Amino acid sequence: MEGVGRKRRRIRFKSVVVYIVLILLTFLCLFPFYILIINSTRYHPEIQQGFSFVPGKAFMYNFKNLMHDANLPVLKALRNSFIISASTAILTTYFSTMTAYAIHAYNFRGRNAIFTFILMIMMVPSQVSALGFVNLVRKMDLIDNFIPLIIPSIAAPIVFFFIKQYMENSLPMDIVEAARIDGAHEFRIFNTIIIPIAKPAIAVQIIFTFTSSWNNYFIPSLILNDAKKKTLPILIAQLRSADFLKFDMGKVYMLIALSIFPVVIVYMFLSKSIIRGVAIGSVKG
Amino acid sequence: MAKRRKKSCVSYNKWGYIFLIPFFAVYIVFSLVPLISVFYNSLFENYRSGLKQIGPNFVGLQNFKTLLSNSDMLTFAKNTIVIWLIGFIPQILISLLLAAWFANTRLRIRAAGFFKGVIYMPNLIMASAFSMLFFTLFSDNGPINDLLIKMGILDEPFRFLSNVGGTRGLIALMNFLMWFGNTTILLMAGILGIDTSLFEAAEVDGATQFKIFRLITLPLLRPILLYVLITSMIGGIQMFDVPQILTNGSGNPNSTSKTLIMFLNQHLYSKNYGMAGALSVILFILTAILSLLVYFTVSKRSEKRWG
Repeated sequence: MEGVGRKRRRIRFKSVVVYIVLILLTFLCLFPFYILIINSTRYHPEIQQGFSFVPGKAFMYNFKNLMHDANLPVLKALRNSFIISASTAILTTYFSTMTAYAIHAYNFRGRNAIFTFILMIMMVPSQVSALGFVNLVRKMDLIDNFIPLIIPSIAAPIVFFFIKQYMENSLPMDIVEAARIDGAHEFRIFNTIIIPIAKPAIAVQIIFTFTSSWNNYFIPSLILNDAKKKTLPILIAQLRSADFLKFDMGKVYMLIALSIFPVVIVYMFLSKSIIRGVAIGSVKG
Repeated sequence: MAKRRKKSCVSYNKWGYIFLIPFFAVYIVFSLVPLISVFYNSLFENYRSGLKQIGPNFVGLQNFKTLLSNSDMLTFAKNTIVIWLIGFIPQILISLLLAAWFANTRLRIRAAGFFKGVIYMPNLIMASAFSMLFFTLFSDNGPINDLLIKMGILDEPFRFLSNVGGTRGLIALMNFLMWFGNTTILLMAGILGIDTSLFEAAEVDGATQFKIFRLITLPLLRPILLYVLITSMIGGIQMFDVPQILTNGSGNPNSTSKTLIMFLNQHLYSKNYGMAGALSVILFILTAILSLLVYFTVSKRSEKRWG
């Protein structure tokens, strides 16, 4: 009896430690964003005076100020970032599902070799071919164009791999057979049957591909030079390289907030399925 | 009958090739051809000196010799490794601890969903915005210094970005924050995949929690730990957005936080295609070796399903 009691006490002690560590890490993760929220609602002189835990009243002031800044085309950047990320998310997931379906459902010659090939190129980062890519884009006369930032996402080995794993567990081939007997065309089967079945996996991947495109800085900064074509990360880099002391800090915080919070808000609603997606991708990998 | 069936089978399978066309067409045009041209470029002398264009002249492996004998690249490689290690070591340790706690049914952590949600969130944040945020927070008269002084921890502002350890530490801290949640979830999924009867048997034999973790959980997690290690190394080689924005591309103080990709970016902007090509080839070879290792751990894992 005494042993059981001691064990229980030890678990209780351990769980106190667990909560302390978790709360510390939560604090570490959230505190920078807390300061961001506070400071994006304060006037520049208030921010210069020092930190405060209470939000100010300058939210709309900073927002309007940022929107009307002639040197920072923020509205255009928001629009550009959104166009590129949304098109990327749709194209990547659609064509990755198609590639995954090709490997999963058909038994053609060279299938395993192709699958192995895609797995091998999965981890090669885009930076190492950036030089050739930028030169190619220049030759194609597509500098300052969104096409080279959108179309290449059709070949996305990681997204392919995730959806392929999902299909292995959730796509019974009987359904496809039945549709074939009904005389459905293969392409039609893919669009009307396969896509809906793969929807849960596609939904998770849409979020991942959207955010990674939204956050992407390296390649877009090499392709987009025109001020009207710039995306948010490029504006942030531009802000960083400008003479910082002259800047209205309220405006700076507001731009950072505008870049970060759209993703955070979407995440707040979908965090459960996103985390499940990360976990499933790993277990099945 | 049998013949017809075979024929129809073949005609379906041709759709496998058709469905692969978009992927491979795009891959060849936008990745493979550029990659080959990178190799080609690496063999030429091709840069601008003031207004004068030098080259392209074929120089063989001269660019590689210059890169490897000149200490710049090795310094930046060292910076990259050091910053990666400062972030990765706490990341893997804390992630292992958290994963073990989240997977422990005895602990029954309350609000586990909330905590997981919070620690994963930084992974989705725009790295450049996050870095800009840290730049403002940790600037000489920024909120962190202000707080530390008000709390009496510091007497005068600590100049994080003029200090080697401060700058590297901040980059590593951001990398840590962005990745420890992701690693925790991967490891937790791994632990939950272990057959629970192993734990029960060990408990019946009187093993302590620590012993169970060391002798059962860790060895069975080895493949996934390896996967995390290698993918994180590949991510480390790609480190760019955070140090680039934090130091405005300079890698200051004194280039101690300049990474390999920042170096590459510099050559791309100055249009030194020979050097950029050679550096890209070296980075490609490094990542290719690591990718092969990932490939083997992944394919082994899907065969064995956690051994």
